[in-house]
Amino acid sequence: MKNILVIGANSAIAKAVSRLYAEEHCRLYLLARDSALLAQLKQDLEIRGAAEVDFAPLDVTHFSLHEAVLEQALDTLGSIDLAILCHGSLPDQARCAEHFDAALEQFNVNALSTISLLTLLGNQMIAQGRGCIAVVTSVAGDRGRPSNYVYGAAKGMVSQYLQGLRGRLYRHGVHVVDIRPGFVDTPMTGHLPKGALWSSPERIARCIVEGIGRKRHTVYAPGYWRLIMAVVRAIPDTLFKRVPL
Amino acid sequence: MKLHSWGRYPVTESRLHVPRSRDAIDRLLRPAADKAAVIARGLGRSYGDSALADDVVQMLALDNLQSFDEDTGHVRCAAGVSLATLLQVFLPRGWMLPAVPGTRFVTVGGAIASDVHGKNHHGAGTFGDHVLALSLLQASGEIVQCSPTLNADLFNATCGGMGLTGIIVDATLALRRVPGSAIVQQTVRTANLQEVFSRFEEHSGATYSVAWLDCLARGDALGRSLLYLGEHAEDGGYLAPRSGALSVPCNAPAFLLNRYSMGAFNALYYQRRTDPLARQRIEADSYFFPLDGISHWNRLYGAKGFLQYQCVIPQDAALSGITRLLQATSAAGKGSFLSVLKKFGAANAHWLSFPLHGYTLAMDFKFERSLLPFLEELDGIVLDHGGRLYLAKDARMSAETFRRSYPRWEDFQALRLASGADGLFNSRQSQRLGL
Repeated sequence: MKNILVIGANSAIAKAVSRLYAEEHCRLYLLARDSALLAQLKQDLEIRGAAEVDFAPLDVTHFSLHEAVLEQALDTLGSIDLAILCHGSLPDQARCAEHFDAALEQFNVNALSTISLLTLLGNQMIAQGRGCIAVVTSVAGDRGRPSNYVYGAAKGMVSQYLQGLRGRLYRHGVHVVDIRPGFVDTPMTGHLPKGALWSSPERIARCIVEGIGRKRHTVYAPGYWRLIMAVVRAIPDTLFKRVPL
Repeated sequence: MKLHSWGRYPVTESRLHVPRSRDAIDRLLRPAADKAAVIARGLGRSYGDSALADDVVQMLALDNLQSFDEDTGHVRCAAGVSLATLLQVFLPRGWMLPAVPGTRFVTVGGAIASDVHGKNHHGAGTFGDHVLALSLLQASGEIVQCSPTLNADLFNATCGGMGLTGIIVDATLALRRVPGSAIVQQTVRTANLQEVFSRFEEHSGATYSVAWLDCLARGDALGRSLLYLGEHAEDGGYLAPRSGALSVPCNAPAFLLNRYSMGAFNALYYQRRTDPLARQRIEADSYFFPLDGISHWNRLYGAKGFLQYQCVIPQDAALSGITRLLQATSAAGKGSFLSVLKKFGAANAHWLSFPLHGYTLAMDFKFERSLLPFLEELDGIVLDHGGRLYLAKDARMSAETFRRSYPRWEDFQALRLASGADGLFNSRQSQRLGL
């Protein structure tokens, strides 16, 4: 039985991941903004087989609360085998391009909150001397595109941070996984038209659980995004800037 | 955005909303002045336009299991939970859904709204017959509980009501204990329609029965079929359905499906080796959901999509009605890979529920210009024999055909007027059917 902390637990990807761990009878601690939804999710996970589910409300942009909330989670679980960070929001790029305030808000949600949580979790895990931290970033972080470079920059910041954190925690027996999903059909992207490259949160969740199980470092979900992004990164800037992506 | 359902015909321009909670549904309905055609949608497995409207509320994010009683098998869940999820969670524990359609990728809300049926309809009735209670978000914003005894009219209008009475938010279902998840199947080859009818009657005690029919056979062989009979294996083994590995990645060129290729396929399929005495053990997923193993199989019918024509003809007129339908299909050379014949049990109390005591025939046709007048011709035969068409498969029936064949449509419409549903919950289908 594993003890798992899920942050952003109401996100579609987090729900799907939690359900897979519930089937393995894991013990879960859920954090997200809406505690009414968390209470419903707790019931769902327990029916599916979770050993025990606890939850607490957390608005990730309230950085000053992070420490107390994580300590509470650790107290409840005893130890954390896996912490998975799934929170995020998809910004209105046009608005972010006009107003820095809007961009800052997005950096707070998608990057700085994550870095604050990772700082605390990293130190907790070092004290434990074992464990795994998995963070859902995005393929958007691999290269900035005009249509969503604020989101991409925030996710990219987290990916870079994880590369360093991985090296630091490795010596303490703690593993760090960077999960980069492609297009996922969730409420966050509900308003966008869907094409062949879109995946369900359940498919992404299977990639995540498998990647964590195999101690991968960077998990593209689904795996074919590794190839797509390798091509996207290889395009020279003189050409890339002319492509309306 | 462009939206279509399983048949890929028709395609509409819709606004898609994906609420995360009951409150979020209510919020998006509230400035209702600017919305007059809102419909709930699940996994989009109805074939035609019943889940298409200007504003579509996709219910997939409301997908929590809410309670489960290990003793009675009663499960309460949100409407966006799929039958695949229920089978995955509960089948390994020995509990089966009492009625399942040909795909497990439908939501509980969709299964209730279409009052779907399966291969055991003659014994077990429809999906809605096993719904103990449901919560319905009405046009007023109020969430009303209803069941066969509480607000019974609303319940009977909602089961089979195609989402036109409101949005189903959650439901309590009665699961059924089964002795094993696998199915022991027996195959009976029949030479023509007359014979398959006699075999259906002879085996009316079988738990599951369905026939695959060669819709392109003519003359003495008209309606030749393979009748599949199934019983649960009594071995106490339980296996949840798995995802298939095959997928159709893009639209196939539609010309691949023509009367010659389909005639050859049907003839070969009919000649499959079968031993009437042999009993074959088949896992639940390939027995109940053979096509779920191939994702996006609807793309085989090409970019223009396809229509599934499913009708039911009352018992007394069934043989002559289905004979005439097959003659017309065979004469027009419009065949399909999958023609399915099934004997239904009695109709239930749900106002717009499709099944009635008799025989149902389902045929797939790729979309082409000549198809619509041909299906009109089939409608005439169905009406002449007192039958009707399945709303979940329909994309083109006329309002007149609907009214002649669903006698309770006026009660249904009166209930919609009284609750205000007629001003808010409308689909492309309901507008076409004059509801």
